[in-house]
Amino acid sequence: MEGQDTYTVFRAFADSWVLLAMFLFFIGVVVWAFRPGSSRIYKDTANIPFRHEDKPAGDGDSPGAH
Amino acid sequence: MWDYLKLVVFGLLAVLTMYLASEARDLAYLVAALIGFLSAVVAFIFTLRHMGGDPTPKTGYMDAPIRIGVILTAFWGVVGFLVGTWIAFQLAFPQLNFAWAEGYMNFGRLRPLHTSAVIFAFGGTGLLTTSFYVVQRTSGARLWNDQLAWFVFWGYQITILLAATGYLLGATQGKEYAEFEWYVDWWLTIVWVGYLLLFLGTLMKRKEPHIYVANWFYLSFIVTIAMLHVVNNLSIPVSLFGSKSVQVFAGVQDAMTQWWYGHNAVGFFLTAGFLGMMYYFVPKQAERPVFSYKLSIIHFWALIFLYIWAGPHHLHYTALPDWASTLGMVFSVILWMPSWGGMINGLMTLSGAWDKLRTDPVIRMMVVSIGFYGMSTFEGPMMSIKAVNSLSHYTDWTIGHVHSGALGWNGMITFGALYFLFPRLWNKTGLYSLRMVSWHFWLATIGIVLYASSMWVTGIMEGLMWREVDAQGFLVNSFADTVAAKFPMYVVRGVGGVLYLTGAIIMAYNLWMTVRRAPLAREATAAAPAE
Repeated sequence: MEGQDTYTVFRAFADSWVLLAMFLFFIGVVVWAFRPGSSRIYKDTANIPFRHEDKPAGDGDSPGAH
Repeated sequence: MWDYLKLVVFGLLAVLTMYLASEARDLAYLVAALIGFLSAVVAFIFTLRHMGGDPTPKTGYMDAPIRIGVILTAFWGVVGFLVGTWIAFQLAFPQLNFAWAEGYMNFGRLRPLHTSAVIFAFGGTGLLTTSFYVVQRTSGARLWNDQLAWFVFWGYQITILLAATGYLLGATQGKEYAEFEWYVDWWLTIVWVGYLLLFLGTLMKRKEPHIYVANWFYLSFIVTIAMLHVVNNLSIPVSLFGSKSVQVFAGVQDAMTQWWYGHNAVGFFLTAGFLGMMYYFVPKQAERPVFSYKLSIIHFWALIFLYIWAGPHHLHYTALPDWASTLGMVFSVILWMPSWGGMINGLMTLSGAWDKLRTDPVIRMMVVSIGFYGMSTFEGPMMSIKAVNSLSHYTDWTIGHVHSGALGWNGMITFGALYFLFPRLWNKTGLYSLRMVSWHFWLATIGIVLYASSMWVTGIMEGLMWREVDAQGFLVNSFADTVAAKFPMYVVRGVGGVLYLTGAIIMAYNLWMTVRRAPLAREATAAAPAE
């Protein structure tokens, strides 16, 4: 009987507040991705694969390190 | 000091595994214990021979395990495809289940060997290896810890050996894609925690302020697989000296846990992990950044939030409550959106560079891979709809769907990554032969088309035959009737497998010759570590 109660409590919590929290988090991520000025930052971020091809940053000269 | 400690640990492990072998209650466990013993002995001797080696801190990227990893990925690929093609013909021609090999080489024993060989050996080694490569390059940092990297790398290969020998000798939990028994589960858990620490440690010392999106996908793959693996393998060994274990869950709870695991193995092993590959290797090969970084962020979070709910679609029309099965269906259909968002992001990375498709067979391979990703992530949601599932479930359509995803998406993107990595890791100007890449491309593509289309035909056919009733309401066909009717399609499927396997063998030869013959790119710059 006690297990059943625990289940019901968790289930109700997951169905309401956790669902809301996850939904808000997701909306937050979308808003965050489109925040003003993000395009400029992401343009730089998207170019990460084209830096540090041969050696780690700081090992001798590394072009493109900020 | 550390070396002495390692010697003690390896020595103790060797003694322990020898003891376990002496107490073994069954053959699979005995072989597993002996594999453990041999691994400990090899590690002991290796440590002994390299004691007091140069204590200078290592600089540059740690590429040694990556070099072995790409070779093993190609090797496991060929092995997995070979077993797959063989069992395809076993289904077409049951005589190939030889009487003398009964209990070792029959379809039931080889089928998990095939699935694990392609998913965990080929795909898993590919993921481990490429993640080592990508996380270093996109962090501008060497792997966090050399010894841990070697442990994770070889520990994973030992897992593969333990699992493979177990299947052939009959040690299985009977859970699809999670067949390996408790001792392999425990070992993989240890290795996986090491993998997580290694990956996080490398990210922590990154020189780039931002964590590149490929690493997000790799990290979600590592974290989620850890969670799925532990929960789905909650079992109690019957004896500490035997391979048999008993699941903690029973009945429909066990089934739901299994398919929560099973579908998310598809979602986070075969999708998220390989998307990590896509987000690095496609931009690199196309020589232009990903189409939209914003879309990649939304792609990531949408995929993470949605995939985990889709599992119940494997259990339509079973003892599972209706609401759970409907929930699984709805989330599977919604999942179509982020999947196609990712596909568009990958494909559009080539916008402005489409001409490369004519000249570069490697990028062609990657594009076809993303195409198959799009097709199978459309087919999957469609099949998860209950009305469609009532026709498609338990038929060969499912097998065809899985293979258009696995051969098309996972296989082709891994081949693309291997073609990208080999010349770079051995400091070569390029691949040995681009013509061979083209051959591989066409053989593999035609092979998949034969495979998928024959399975559509046979799947829909047997689904319709199963549900056909006469005017009195009696079933028209017996099960054996459907088996007989499927024969031609089974042969076509086998031929598709032969083509795909041939392509992979050509790739292995091409990569081998790239290492042996292709001219060096530069006079030892990347190869020699700074003194």
